[in-house]
Formats: sequence, structure tokens, C-alpha cells
Amino acid sequence: MAGPTRKGDSMATRGFVGKRRPPEGIKLPPGQYDVGRDFPVLTAEATPRLDPERWTMTVDGLVAREHTWTWEDLHLLPQSEYRGDIHCVTTWSKFDTRFGGVSVDLLLDTVEPLPAATHVFVTSTTGYTTNLPLHEIRDGKAWIVWTHEDKPLPREHGGPVRLLVPRLYFWKSAKWVTKLTLLDHDEPGFWERNGYHDLGDPWLEQRYQGD
Amino acid sequence: MTEYLRGTRRAPTGGWRHATVREILHPSPRAVILRLEVPDRIDHWPGQHYVIRLTAEDGYTAQRSYSVASPASDQLLEFYVERLDDGEVSSFLADVAEVGDELEIRGPIGGWFVWTADAPMFGIAGGSGVVPLVSMLRHAVHLGRTDLMTLAVSARTLADLPYADELVAAAAVVTLSREISDNGRAAGRITAAEVAPLVPPEGACFVCGSTAFSGAVTEMLTSLGVDVQRIRIESFGPTGSPADLIA
Ligand SMILES: Cc1cc2nc3c(=O)[nH]c(=O)nc-3n(C[C@H](O)[C@H](O)[C@H](O)COP(=O)(O)OP(=O)(O)OC[C@H]3O[C@@H](n4cnc5c(N)ncnc54)[C@H](O)[C@@H]3O)c2cc1C
Repeated sequence: MAGPTRKGDSMATRGFVGKRRPPEGIKLPPGQYDVGRDFPVLTAEATPRLDPERWTMTVDGLVAREHTWTWEDLHLLPQSEYRGDIHCVTTWSKFDTRFGGVSVDLLLDTVEPLPAATHVFVTSTTGYTTNLPLHEIRDGKAWIVWTHEDKPLPREHGGPVRLLVPRLYFWKSAKWVTKLTLLDHDEPGFWERNGYHDLGDPWLEQRYQGD
Repeated sequence: MTEYLRGTRRAPTGGWRHATVREILHPSPRAVILRLEVPDRIDHWPGQHYVIRLTAEDGYTAQRSYSVASPASDQLLEFYVERLDDGEVSSFLADVAEVGDELEIRGPIGGWFVWTADAPMFGIAGGSGVVPLVSMLRHAVHLGRTDLMTLAVSARTLADLPYADELVAAAAVVTLSREISDNGRAAGRITAAEVAPLVPPEGACFVCGSTAFSGAVTEMLTSLGVDVQRIRIESFGPTGSPADLIA
């Protein structure tokens, strides 16, 4: 009897032809398809109404000096934009989309991570958490964003503010982010405790634990 | 969500399997029920889902998530798939798959939208969003603990409501948006007045349906004073899915 198969050790499905192949020249991570202009919402919890006046962003843990920014503080920093693709673990990808905010590098420059820091534990106002290796949010790879396509980020997509780590599956881009805690070890977050992958690289198709 | 973050009890997870289609039913022209035999199956908790992966001859693959409709006590694993006309995976499952076919599946997956009949719960779902609640219901029936559940389900018409007979038999409150109900209820969306008496004083509220449905129901629950910490959401489908599913 056929037991568990390795990833990639796929059998052909009788009669399946497929009708969402990406157009010529477009490269999608394995198992993903282009959702077009749609932007599906995935959430496990009630969408909060966050008052930007009361929201703060903190970076703490293994840092030289922890720091907390208000909404206004963040808006006074030099802004930057991400333009590119995003990939959701439920298999949709969205091409060439734009988010605006500030680079996480600016926050890290302020707090100065200690050499021992290797991972980051992300917390949202709702209690949602996720974990990432520190190098995945450094050097232009992550943003704190509050606009999407030049409009305020809608609540259901994490508005007023979310983390954006577009290189990884989108559950890592925590909505309503409020804190980054630098750690010297990896600590599973919400989905990661529920069977999802600790890193979540779409190009390696790291969807679930063990991938 | 703090309670599960402490993670005292983890839901089971399983890897890829080659499952065999044993039964296919067409409860309506717009849906298919698939019943699969899964070798070395890891029993799921009600509310968990699987991924079904289809592979073309040239290696192209498509995979989508589907909630389990059966309880773990069922020998076969059951899925209810709504057929979308231009849907890559759902139209294949509805139109092409046959008894005897092998399908690659992976699961169970998910540990948040789960209920094991050990505490009171309220479940509210629209359209194919009822599927995980049906697994919960069947599990509760199996254990004789349906007293712990209250259910509200919505669809356009009764014929569009998956598992209508079982849900009606379990005394679920059924709201139809496009049809007058047998009990005389006028066509229309579910209202806060209909939901309020169903919400127990404690226990999780499971909300499942389109993004529009989940959003509207969540607002309704919070307006009724339900603590957001009690609300667990699973949403299927695109942003612009018909808002009338709520209804
Ligand atoms: C955790 C989880 C559990 C799920 N459980 C179930 C289930 O039990 N039963 C079930 O039928 N589906 C379920 N879904 C949805 C399922 O995974 C697919 O998204 C759905 O079957 C459509 O896939 P497709 O390949 O047929 O359509 P695609 O080829 O992906 O899309 C076809 C078109 O339909 C639109 N579309 C996509 N999904 C929907 C939708 N749900 N309603 C209306 N339009 C849509 C797309 O935007 C696109 O325009 C679940 C999804 C998740 C994330």
C-alpha cells in the first residue's frame, strides 16, 4: 500500500489537466497559483479596531536598548515601499503589489541587536504570534507597513499596520503587529505550534512542520 | 488566542498519503461529496482540514485545502466540495474524479479551529463553511454530547445548504437568504436577534464561511458582547465572494 510520499514525489492524477498555469515567463513558487486582482483574507480571529493613536511598536529582547515607537514616531522615519509578489500558504500568490511603510532595518538600527540574537518572535495586539530567523527581517527584507496600493491598509488585511516579510509565506507577515522580541533561539508562534513550518520559505515549499 | 498558545493539547498532524476514492455523491448540481480511504490515516480532530493535490502528466500541480466533514469514528474520510465553474480543483473533483481514483492528500492540518466535544460551543457558518461544523456535529453525535453545541447555518436556499438534513435534525437554526423557510421565516440574512439566544455564556464561537460572512458575523457577535477571545474564524474563498452568503 502506498505510504507517505516525499514532497515532489508526485503521482499524476488521472484526468487532471490543470487550468491555472502561470503565463509564460512568470515564475511562481511550487504549488502556488496567481490570484489575479483578488486579495483573499485569511484570519483566525476577530478583526480588531485598532486606534493608531494608542497603538505602539516595540522592539525588545536581546537588544542594546529596547525602544517603543508611536504611530507618529514611525511616520517621521524615512518611508520605503515594497513592490513585488506575496505568497499565501493556502496556495494563492499575488503579483506585483505595493505596500508602504518603514523598513524594519531602521528599527533594528535604533535598538542595536546583540550578537547573541538569532531569532525574532513577533506579537500582535490580538495575541497572534509568529517566529522568524533574525536574518529574514534584516537587510531590506521586512517592513512595517500601513499602506497598500497607496491607500490606508484595510482592517481585514491588518490595518492600520502590519509586518511585511514578502519572501516568506504570508502568515509570517503578522497583522496588527505591535512587538518584535529578539531571542537567541527559535520559539514557535501561533501557526507554527499548530503544524506550520518554522521558516516558511515558499520557494522551498515549507508549508508544514517537517517540509 | 492565548489558551492554545500555551499549547497543552496539540491537534494531530499527518503527512502525504495516496488516498483512494471509495464513494462519490452529488448532493446538488453544485457540489460533490468525496469519501476516501486513507492508508495509515492519522485521525483528525473535528474542524481540521486536509490539502488535496492534483498533478498533471507534465508535473504541473494544483492544491487546495478542504475541511473534513466526517468524524474520526468514520472509516472513510469525507469532503464536501462546492463546485466553482472556473475552479481548477473543485471542478475537477466534481466533474472528473471517479470511484477507484487515487488522490494525493495531506493532513490533518490545523489546530485552532478545532473542537473535541469537551466544552460548550456555538458554531455559525454560511454555505460550504458548514463543513467543519458538520464534522464537529457528527463527532458530538458519536459521543452523545450534542447538548454542548448550538448551531446556526445560512445558505441561499435549503437545497444549497450542505448536509441540510443532518443540520435540521440537530436543531440547527437555519436561515435562508433567498427562500421562505418551512417554518415561515422570511428570506433574509441571519440577524443578531436570531443569534443572541444561541450563544452560550462561555466556550468558543466557531465562525466559518466567506470573508464577508465571517466579517459580518464577527461584528454581530462582538456587538452582542461576546469576548473576541472566544471567536475562532475559518474563512474560505476570495475577498469578493458573494456577501449574500451571510444572508
Ligand atoms: C482551511 C480551508 C478549508 C476549506 N474547506 C473547504 C470545504 O470544505 N469545501 C469547499 O468547497 N471549499 C473549501 N475551501 C476552499 C477551497 O480550498 C478552494 O479555495 C475552493 O475549492 C476553490 O478552489 P478551485 O481550485 O476550484 O478554484 P480556483 O481555481 O482557485 O478559483 C476559481 C475562481 O473562484 C474564485 N474562488 C475561489 N474560492 C472561492 C470560493 N470558496 N467561493 C467562491 N469563489 C471562489 C477564485 O477567486 C477564482 O476566480 C477551504 C479553504 C481553506 C483555506
